[in-house]
Amino acid sequence: MRLDRSIDLGPCLPKEGDDQIICRCEEVTQGEIRQAVHAGMFTLAEVRRYLRCGMGLCQGQTCGKLVARIMAGEMKVPVSQIAPASSRSPMRPIAMQVWADEKEGGRPE
Amino acid sequence: MKRYDLIIIGAGPSGLSAAIEAGKRGMSVIVFDENERPGGQLFKQIHKFFGSKEHKAKIRGFVIGQQLLDEAAKAGVEVRLSATVIGMYPQHEVVVKIGQGVEHFKGDAIIVATGAAENMVTFDGWTLPGVIGAGAAQTMMNLHGIRPGKRILMLGSGNVGLVVAFQLMQAGCQVEALVDAAPRVGGYGVHASKVARTGVPFYLSHTIKKAEGTDHVTGATIAQVDSHFQFIPGTEKHFDVDTICLAVGLSPMSQLLKMAGCQMDNSGKGGGQIPVVDESGATSVPGIYAVGDVAGIEEASSAMIEGRMAGIKAAEYLGFEAQESGDAEFEKNVQALDGLRQGMFAPQNRGKKIELTEEGIPVSENLLTHGFVADDEIGRFPGVTHRAGVHPVMECTQNIPCNPCQDACKNGCISIGKNITNLPFVVEGKKCIDCGMCVASCSGQAVFLVDEDTGGGHAQVTLPYEFLPLPKKGDMGKGLSRSGRPICDAKVVRVRTGKAFDHTALVTIEVPADMAMKARFFRADGEEDAR
Repeated sequence: MRLDRSIDLGPCLPKEGDDQIICRCEEVTQGEIRQAVHAGMFTLAEVRRYLRCGMGLCQGQTCGKLVARIMAGEMKVPVSQIAPASSRSPMRPIAMQVWADEKEGGRPE
Repeated sequence: MKRYDLIIIGAGPSGLSAAIEAGKRGMSVIVFDENERPGGQLFKQIHKFFGSKEHKAKIRGFVIGQQLLDEAAKAGVEVRLSATVIGMYPQHEVVVKIGQGVEHFKGDAIIVATGAAENMVTFDGWTLPGVIGAGAAQTMMNLHGIRPGKRILMLGSGNVGLVVAFQLMQAGCQVEALVDAAPRVGGYGVHASKVARTGVPFYLSHTIKKAEGTDHVTGATIAQVDSHFQFIPGTEKHFDVDTICLAVGLSPMSQLLKMAGCQMDNSGKGGGQIPVVDESGATSVPGIYAVGDVAGIEEASSAMIEGRMAGIKAAEYLGFEAQESGDAEFEKNVQALDGLRQGMFAPQNRGKKIELTEEGIPVSENLLTHGFVADDEIGRFPGVTHRAGVHPVMECTQNIPCNPCQDACKNGCISIGKNITNLPFVVEGKKCIDCGMCVASCSGQAVFLVDEDTGGGHAQVTLPYEFLPLPKKGDMGKGLSRSGRPICDAKVVRVRTGKAFDHTALVTIEVPADMAMKARFFRADGEEDAR
């Protein structure tokens, strides 16, 4: 389903809890997420790239649902309509030197 | 690149069960787990499981975990711990962080059994140290032997919240309140009752407004919510707690499956993003299976069966099992799984309000709103009868698939009837010999032995007791009601422990005769109730 980017969300008015941290790894607040939606970020991937929420230590395992719920509330759509973030390696935080250290089978045989 | 017939990701109940079935059939199997210890959540589960014998009922979770590990070793399964799968690529290639490097593996089939992570809810102060997941509390207590705090507020009345609240008390913590925004208790009534009878108050239709404190939790404010989950002003209540435990659901850790290109379902029905799977756990990508919580949140007993089913199907897929014999084995597990998914808490009943039991008895409303069956409700359930001499009283009031009490009674005093979800009843004409096996075998701690008249205006109640220190014969104290309120003087007349009881002690108290059907817990004098 193509995302309708023309929907009018109205102005982003301050809301109770806007200063509450939602993504604790990257310290992103509810207010920042709401503003991002009003600025046109309609998918989790977009909000993620814009604010870095879900890019920290837990990789969005904790805040992913919370962020999606806030976005859905702003966009007035069911949470299931918020496209989930893409999944890619590394699935867990990993030091670059470890990731680059191919022990076995990494290179063409 | 190392090759295996089958790679399994996650050494929890479903992953190990799958590994056992595949290993038994001669497949080379490796199981990766990012943790230092195998077993997933099983080794934190110190309570007895529900179900029937085939579901390992009345065995404690960590014992089941050890049994699975032993079986897996016997089946020649290789378990690699502290091995984090960081990616899953086309052609069944799995990249694993092991030590200070990454290694590549290929499996002709892959079973993903990565489980789930805890959900959080946000409120003022939710990022303060002292706000933790209930599962985290369990890890601290049951794996590392550390008390997470002294005074606890538990948010969530599902089975996780109820079970962990009980375990926190077993570890010596004081649980100040059990809170849930929902109007009704979500978990098994028997789990709620064993918490309530120790005196923990239940606040349904309430949620946390604020965690207080500057650098750690020093208190919590809860308030009542209306039917739209909005706070009702003026209903705030404060608790002096140092720990807030959140038991507000789980989210499947399904990212690897998505990365591997499996078709996903984002409708939210499985607790989050889940792969689309068939009955055997097969995803849309041939040779990749998903089992356990990652394929939709359920519980450990069903996860183990799902794992076995996928293990059998993977063996069939790769020609290690003839289709005919494999299908027959598979069918047995389908039956076992169906047996578990019955009763009031079956997946198809999720979210529904059930008014009547299968027997046509109105369910206890008080149990759903306060965590215990009220005195004027208990008499209508078939396990609760009056008779001369000692007899079992089964305060089992919800239809769940469970029957250890029936198997426990050698004299046939207890019957479940035709369906495993039926409420137990006392069989006419059979003689109770006060052996106590039914009391110890009930995973819900809902069976009592009652002698309503022991002479001199006294009655005796034998109750299951899983706290330390154990009361001693001669100890004086109070008999507590189902709500945990002291209602009478009580004297311990007998304390039974035995190997067959598996760490459930049987404490017999003497109470006034009119309290025989009311006193359901014991608190020794001097054991102060801080509330």
